[in-house]
Amino acid sequence: MDSQAIVTGHEESPEAHQAHPPYLRHHFVTVEQQAETASFGMWLFLLTEIMFFGGLFMAYLLYRNWYYDAFVASSNTLGIGLGTTNTAVLILSSFTMAMGVYSAETRNRKGLLTSLSLTILLGLVFLGIKTIEYHEKYVEHHIPGANFSVEDFVHPTDKRDVPLAPDMAQHAQLFFFLYFAMTGMHALHMIIGISILFVLFVQAWHGAYTNGHTSTIDNFGLYWHFVDIVWIFLFPLLYLISRHPLK
Amino acid sequence: MSTPTGHEHHIVGPKIYLLILCALLVLTATTTGAAFINMGVFSPIVALGIACIKAVLVILFFMHIRYSSKVLMLTVAAGFFTFLVLITMTLCDYISRAWGLW
Repeated sequence: MDSQAIVTGHEESPEAHQAHPPYLRHHFVTVEQQAETASFGMWLFLLTEIMFFGGLFMAYLLYRNWYYDAFVASSNTLGIGLGTTNTAVLILSSFTMAMGVYSAETRNRKGLLTSLSLTILLGLVFLGIKTIEYHEKYVEHHIPGANFSVEDFVHPTDKRDVPLAPDMAQHAQLFFFLYFAMTGMHALHMIIGISILFVLFVQAWHGAYTNGHTSTIDNFGLYWHFVDIVWIFLFPLLYLISRHPLK
Repeated sequence: MSTPTGHEHHIVGPKIYLLILCALLVLTATTTGAAFINMGVFSPIVALGIACIKAVLVILFFMHIRYSSKVLMLTVAAGFFTFLVLITMTLCDYISRAWGLW
């Protein structure tokens, strides 16, 4: 703030302060401009997130090409049922979050609280199902590292699976490394999102975001939907595309 | 009052959200179903195509880009375009790395 601004600030009449809502910062002309600027900033952050997850997707693309047989065999050990359920749960949570934004915009406190709590609930269900899947990997010795076992890939129990040579089977670890890195990073984003949702819920409980100031809810919505989009791509890449491998 | 960006805030209603939710769930069922059909090289293409449609629906309606100002539309488009450029250039390097070595 320069000195002139301080001087004019003192000269401002009380009416000038009443002319705009309390949440409109002085360096913005209108509430719309403030909201537009906030979502522009949020989108810039999300673009850096695209690049961040994009690096992992790129690694997956290359290594799947390179160690195709190992990636196909590993991908087929994932449960397609749990994966589909989780996709539906996450899409549903995106819907409840969108309804939260709508409730904030229509100044409906009860609707906002309901939407936020449903989003938290669905987020936790997603993480719960993910935990079950992670536990399966632990039991099957499919977590890369010292306890990893190539047994399931060298001597598959299912007759339809093609046995892999031991050296190719070792590369299954690469699939599971990327699996845990990608779904783990996604889960971390969910955990951060759910933590923020709890804060938003408490603030909304005390009457925030239904007084016309909806930017925070809007921009959190953008984050939540972005996490949903990441999963929309993770789901087919990890679970679906290897069911009918090329010979 | 006209805003500096010339853009008015648009409230998206529950009807559109519900419609998009149904579309996303149907597409999820479709992509899972398609995984059990042997389409050869087209399996990943179909799966990723459906994923792209789902992502675009989420971006346009849940994330309100359909109703946003042009500067936001351009920003989002530029972001995804840059990501595609990165993937394409990396793949070009990967594919052509061994050219002339055999």
